[in-house]
Amino acid sequence: MSRAGTPGLVFNEPLLWDIGSEGRVGLSIPRQDVPHTTPSGELTREDLDFPDLGEVDVVRHFTRLSQWNFGVDTGMYPLGSCTMKYNPKTNERQAALPGFSQAHPMLPESMAQGALQLMYDLQEFLAEITGLPAVSVQPAAGAQGELTGMLMIHHWHQARGRQKSKILIPDTAHGTNPASAALCGYTPVPVPSADHGMLAVDDVAAVMDEETAGIMITNPNTLGLFEEHIREIADLVHERGGLVYMDGANMNALMGMVDVRNLGVDVMHLNLHKTFSTPHGGGGPGSGPVCCTPELEPFLPVPRVVKGAESFHLESNYPESIGRLHAFYGNFGMQVRAYSYILSLGPLLKKVTELAVLNANYIKESLKDVLHLPYDRPCMHECVFNDEKQKDLKVTTLDMAKRLLDHGFHAPTVYFPLVVQGAIMIEPTETESKETLDQFIEAVRTILQEAETNPDLLHEAPRRTKVSRLDETAAARKPCLCG
Amino acid sequence: MKDVSDLILPENLRYTETHEWARKEGDEIVMGLSDYAQDQLGDIVFVELPDVGDSFEGGGEFATVESVKAASEVYLPVDGTITAVNEELEGSPELVNGSPYEEAWVVRFKPANPADFENLMDVSTYRTFCGDQ
Amino acid sequence: MRYLPHTEQDISAMLDVIGVDSMDALFGMVPADNRRTAPLALPEPMTEWELNDWMDQLASRQPSRSEICSFLGAGSYAHHIPSVVPALLSRSEFFTAYTPYQPEVSQGTLQAIYEYQTLTARLLGMEVANASMYDGASSLAEALLMAIRVTKRNKIAVSKAIHPHYREVLRTYFDPTGFEIVELPFGEDGRTDLSQLGESADLAAVALQSPNFFGVIEDLSSWAETVHQDPKTLLVAAFSEALAFGLLKSPGECGADIVCGEGQSLGIPQSFGGPALGMLATRAKLQRNLPGRLVGRTVDSQERPGFVLTLATREQHIRREKATSNICTNQGLCALASTIYMASSGKTGLKQVAQLNHDKAEYLKSQLIGAGIPVRFSGPTFNEFVVTLPDGAYQKLLEQKIVAGLPLETFYSELKNAVLLCATEVTTREQIDTLVKEVQS
Repeated sequence: MSRAGTPGLVFNEPLLWDIGSEGRVGLSIPRQDVPHTTPSGELTREDLDFPDLGEVDVVRHFTRLSQWNFGVDTGMYPLGSCTMKYNPKTNERQAALPGFSQAHPMLPESMAQGALQLMYDLQEFLAEITGLPAVSVQPAAGAQGELTGMLMIHHWHQARGRQKSKILIPDTAHGTNPASAALCGYTPVPVPSADHGMLAVDDVAAVMDEETAGIMITNPNTLGLFEEHIREIADLVHERGGLVYMDGANMNALMGMVDVRNLGVDVMHLNLHKTFSTPHGGGGPGSGPVCCTPELEPFLPVPRVVKGAESFHLESNYPESIGRLHAFYGNFGMQVRAYSYILSLGPLLKKVTELAVLNANYIKESLKDVLHLPYDRPCMHECVFNDEKQKDLKVTTLDMAKRLLDHGFHAPTVYFPLVVQGAIMIEPTETESKETLDQFIEAVRTILQEAETNPDLLHEAPRRTKVSRLDETAAARKPCLCG
Repeated sequence: MKDVSDLILPENLRYTETHEWARKEGDEIVMGLSDYAQDQLGDIVFVELPDVGDSFEGGGEFATVESVKAASEVYLPVDGTITAVNEELEGSPELVNGSPYEEAWVVRFKPANPADFENLMDVSTYRTFCGDQ
Repeated sequence: MRYLPHTEQDISAMLDVIGVDSMDALFGMVPADNRRTAPLALPEPMTEWELNDWMDQLASRQPSRSEICSFLGAGSYAHHIPSVVPALLSRSEFFTAYTPYQPEVSQGTLQAIYEYQTLTARLLGMEVANASMYDGASSLAEALLMAIRVTKRNKIAVSKAIHPHYREVLRTYFDPTGFEIVELPFGEDGRTDLSQLGESADLAAVALQSPNFFGVIEDLSSWAETVHQDPKTLLVAAFSEALAFGLLKSPGECGADIVCGEGQSLGIPQSFGGPALGMLATRAKLQRNLPGRLVGRTVDSQERPGFVLTLATREQHIRREKATSNICTNQGLCALASTIYMASSGKTGLKQVAQLNHDKAEYLKSQLIGAGIPVRFSGPTFNEFVVTLPDGAYQKLLEQKIVAGLPLETFYSELKNAVLLCATEVTTREQIDTLVKEVQS
């Protein structure tokens, strides 16, 4: 057994409504300094079925719950496609500053100049990093960024008087892409990747027709490979009247190395919670800024932050804009964190990319003798293995993933991308040191040994976690979503 | 997954390339999912049924079966109009796994052109078809 | 750099294993004409201490709560946040985890979401809630897309007294779909005019906000009765002030079919408008049509209770273009913050805080009426209401560092000189008295 991961003291903890006692309050009730008034009885409720808890009840409850979780601060979290890098603590200090955290979004602009400047500067930084000059930081998550990009493409075609019905989506794209395109009424047309795991120009040419609005390319793709023909593909799509959307969730592999404009991309989104270190928070909040060419700029969401002669200003007068996507300006708190991250690193962001790619290739080379590597090529920020070599042992990707939990590591992404059967997708990120990677490699090798000598250790894994494998079938057959 | 030789495929049924079975009852057709289909899908957790009276073209999607991590469409073998649905499946989707040919019939429908039924695969053709999958 | 642990020796040892001789050679797959030639033109890296100074400067350009007297609400509310909320939220096991794909090491997040879903459903008077959406605006758009899927109809009616920004977001989402949006006017009482529903047949949904954008509490029960005369049409009840339901009848009790809105008031900082919390709840019979993540209760292989993500076949990664939405993650941390807040307040505390909001706003309202400032709408309100100020008064107050709410003329041209004022439990009697005094002078 490798060093990481020993069972700690773990408490049981009931559900919130099974603790506490009626009449207890865990909140300091502000002073009643105005007269009490009674609203009409037909408007008020009698039935609020919340538990009453004291402050200590609440603190113990959530502290115990937190101890059942694995986070990046606990250990290596090589979840491919999700970029679980370290979330710097200084970012939290900045986002919590009262001038940001207490700012009302509709303050008169003269009272919001710091916040507006931050958003404007962040736009400028993201433009510099991607090479695409026009930016909106409004989309609240990557999926909303994708929707924004698709809406911009939709409106661009509309403005040219000819709407299209289809969109090309390679089989190595992110899973959200087809759903985002469908929200715009486009029918996704799958494009298979060629034998080497990348898109071939001919395969795109075969399906790119008059009715096709464009293509959504994830680059690097979900196999962790750089799309080497992306420029030729982009030229072809443009020639045939389409636009090129790039899913930039994997921008952490490109910073300082690639100018996205040179790839022929018209519009892309970024994930601040991936490339720019904002916390994943157990599933959000994310932030999904969109960057585009000058030609698409008029279609960006409103309001936009613009710089006047002496101040920053929110401008909504863009008649061709796709409109508003968020009640206010997106996840500003996440924008503060990403801004803080970029200021901490500056041009060193190129180093971030180099080390992310170095770490992924190091893992790939260190494990490819024991795990099957369907596409044996230099990878970018992540590498994809599968369980082909373990078939005869009746040990699956799922078993290996679960056993890794016992060894003190979070599991990689499994069974994705779909083009690789039994995929094991490992993204170490640049913030893991060589020693940690070596421990991880050692753990995987130990597990593969166990697969041969004692496969039940894998079949029954995890054993050292608070719960063992859960019955997902029962959960879905008779859903119990509410206590 | 079962080997083709282990599949239970009743002789008296017809089959489709999308792995439904069909049986004639009077001037109506009863249909469901084949043993091959339920085996490939794994534990079924939900079945979404059409309304009685809905009409579909042959090969058209009319229902959905879901396992934990997949959703698959069910296709009507030939043009027809739904006359009954098996509401048992809404509360007990596991019947599709346990009794695909008896308790887990999915719908009964009236074919637009009864002769179309004869174009469906017989059991030996279907078994060969499954082997090629 | 302190986040990048690699020494020069580490790098060269790793390059050796990979079998390349330089970092540059690692990027051999990137064609020359794709590359960036110029170095990144970004500011030189700041030290942690320089960064603190700079961020302090930027943050100080927004006045803190003590420096101004603000009566702004309109979808973002100043409420007290007990210290337990940020303290528990910043536990890094919550903070630095991701979507609970491996439930065995994510039970903390999963149980917390299950508790969030439960408390949300109870607060809104519904049977199920999802694990959250981005914000109140996208929650409304998703609720109405859901209504269209459920009813297989393609027309909705939306009250003009719904937050104007929410309606803008709705239009953005609906624009490429071809679905029709009919707007319902409001009357002199500030409530949506029921008599105007008229002949709109074959509606998938009727959407109202309560308390609405003007702070007025809608007569949801009467709407439910009328809307449900067509048994297929769904009543969608939106909200921007979740705290109201500590005191007011829940939308579910009034007969709503889908309830959607903004939960920022429940322990989440205003943060210049985001991140916030989109709440979305419905009846059990519609649960499979919900967008977004859902957590369900189950057992492990030893029959111990536990939680998993469930009904995932609705979602984008499985159903792809036929998914109920393209949403991927939720607003996990914000949902957790609201759960900690709801747990801390309990029914007793939430009711008291909500009552206090009502009292402060009523006091402000009565003082303004006493000072001769007319209230624009006659309907009952919770913690916001609309008044008409004398010409030029808003600007004059601003010079005194008093933000007298939100001027409404930009949104409704007929509401000249009208402002939407908000008072919550953080508003002091002294601030209210100051506003009233300055308005008169």
